[in-house]
Amino acid sequence: MKVLVAVKRVIDANVKVRVKADNSGVELTNVKMAMNPFCEIAVEEALRLREAGKANEVVAVSLGGAASQETIRTALAMGADRGIHVQTDIELQPLGVAKLLKAVIEKEQPGLVILGKQAIDDDSNQTGQMLAGLLGWPQATFASKVKTEGQGAEVTREVDGGLETIRIKLPAVVTTDLRLNEPRYASLPNIMKAKKKPIEALTPGALGVDPSPRLKILKVVEPPKRQAGIKVKTVQELVDKLRNEAKVI
Amino acid sequence: MAVLVVGEHDGTALKAASLSAIAAAGKIGGGVAVLVAGSGCEKVAQSAAKVAGVDRVLHADDAIYAHPLAENIAKLVVSVASEFSHLFAGADSFGKNVMPRIAALLDVAQVSDIVAIEGPKQFVRPIYAGNALQTVEATDRKIVVTVRGTAFEPAGGEGGTAKIETVASAGDAGLSSYSGAALSRSERPELTSARVVVSGGRGMQSGENFQLLEKLADKLGGAVGASRAAVDAGYVPNDYQVGQTGKIVAPDLYLAVGISGAIQHLAGMKDSKVIVAINKDEEAPIFQVADYGIVGDLFQLVPELTQALDESA
Ligand SMILES: Cc1cc2nc3c(=O)[nH]c(=O)nc-3n(C[C@H](O)[C@H](O)[C@H](O)COP(=O)(O)OP(=O)(O)OC[C@H]3O[C@@H](n4cnc5c(N)ncnc54)[C@H](O)[C@@H]3O)c2cc1C
Ligand SMILES: Nc1ncnc2c1ncn2[C@@H]1O[C@H](COP(=O)(O)O)[C@@H](O)[C@H]1O
Repeated sequence: MKVLVAVKRVIDANVKVRVKADNSGVELTNVKMAMNPFCEIAVEEALRLREAGKANEVVAVSLGGAASQETIRTALAMGADRGIHVQTDIELQPLGVAKLLKAVIEKEQPGLVILGKQAIDDDSNQTGQMLAGLLGWPQATFASKVKTEGQGAEVTREVDGGLETIRIKLPAVVTTDLRLNEPRYASLPNIMKAKKKPIEALTPGALGVDPSPRLKILKVVEPPKRQAGIKVKTVQELVDKLRNEAKVI
Repeated sequence: MAVLVVGEHDGTALKAASLSAIAAAGKIGGGVAVLVAGSGCEKVAQSAAKVAGVDRVLHADDAIYAHPLAENIAKLVVSVASEFSHLFAGADSFGKNVMPRIAALLDVAQVSDIVAIEGPKQFVRPIYAGNALQTVEATDRKIVVTVRGTAFEPAGGEGGTAKIETVASAGDAGLSSYSGAALSRSERPELTSARVVVSGGRGMQSGENFQLLEKLADKLGGAVGASRAAVDAGYVPNDYQVGQTGKIVAPDLYLAVGISGAIQHLAGMKDSKVIVAINKDEEAPIFQVADYGIVGDLFQLVPELTQALDESA
């Protein structure tokens, strides 16, 4: 079985994001970028399936400007076999991404597609579900355990009440949650090896997809700031403040 | 311009997330219908009909809806979507799972996790873990939205007199099936609607030590939450996680105990009315958002606080 993973390049999770002065978006110049953490988990899961003999090839796909290739290289350094870069400089939104991924999937015919549950930049949490809908495939979102067996898979999902287990037919789309696995670091030899792995270049035009944005971004502003309060010295003082000043107990 | 709220329920009544989505839907101004899908769920339909602001309840009853599998719910919603200009649901694990699939089947965008409505097509939503607020305008003919529960006071459960209409099952998509659940059981209020939340982080050191927080929470009638680090370490189940990629809470009182205050955690609780931080590190970033901070060892301070509440109660 071939496993396809979608990896997104985002601002590193440790960077303090700043809103641009003209309110058109957030500052992206000279900011450290990284693979979306949920996509790292997706790559790791695909590699584990290959290592367990359940998959024979792992293909990493990223969509976006030229720099997205770095994110594909990261996936290759972790152990993915080859990459696909859909090159475009237009602003991508989840529906457009899902349409492009669908076109890639129709070419590649993977048995399983793994995405992150959420990109930590737009916080949309949509793409995997949209992709599954467009393909008419089952979806197993927010996965914390994936067990493939024959023509299907059993997936445990993180839901509001705890954990839920569903069975899905394959091919299917799975999206990762935090507890699915702990992604490996790429070793230096593997980083070197990754430089020689192939990355195929595609375009939305070649895939016959129009990924134009459907949401117009009118403005981006900073949220209201919370004022730091005071430090109290004793528990008694805290109880007194909560009761008589804040009146919340 | 009517809104269809895709309802989520527990077999008896709509969940709070759906009630918040109904309240948000009311602001669009074209009437609100609620879809109740389930197996033997007349009771839910009846109680949904009483919710303030609801004009119609669409009731679909079929064994295949006993568990809300995304493939089947999406198929059903698409079958009734033509009459509606907007489709809303709560931005919880149900809404996040089903709504994007519905949007894709309708070939429209989704606006996730809205916190304000500026017009029938304009919405405000947090991005980058709440470090920025984005205002977007949807350009599609149908608008799919998930609603952040803490931003809209849930619609009241009384006063409405909606009519209940039966809708046909859309059939089983045959792609997935439910096989079981391991749900956390608790007598405490639900994390996302509790008036008080007591959360613990890595500083708790073990699952047993969370009993200290449970005692405190029980004294305050609150729920217990956690940071990602505490969940990853296995101290508490995943559904305790508060944050950017967990639950969003905004109680009257939030106590962060042994939590450093990473941006991803703040994303889930910084709209709380009053924040209290207990941390032994006076430089911990949590103090920058706390109304009241107390520097010290939680293993001493938490029992002291529980006892002080006892004495003064
Ligand atoms: C993609 C992604 C998503 C994430 N999503 C979330 C999310 O949804 N929610 C979330 O919470 N995090 C999330 N995180 C993780 C986040 O970045 C932090 O790592 C996490 O919140 C840290 O948890 P913590 O504060 O419990 O642990 P730490 O940062 O280790 O802090 C522990 C604190 O406890 C204090 N302490 C220790 N012992 C004591 C004691 N005896 N008495 C008093 N204080 C003590 C320490 O001083 C310290 O401040 C996410 C990260 C990523 C990359
Ligand atoms: N530009 C992109 N390139 C590759 N994968 C993407 C891209 N955008 C989104 N994805 C995938 O979709 C997941 C969820 O993103 P989102 O729906 O935007 O929160 C990510 O974790 C990726 O797996």
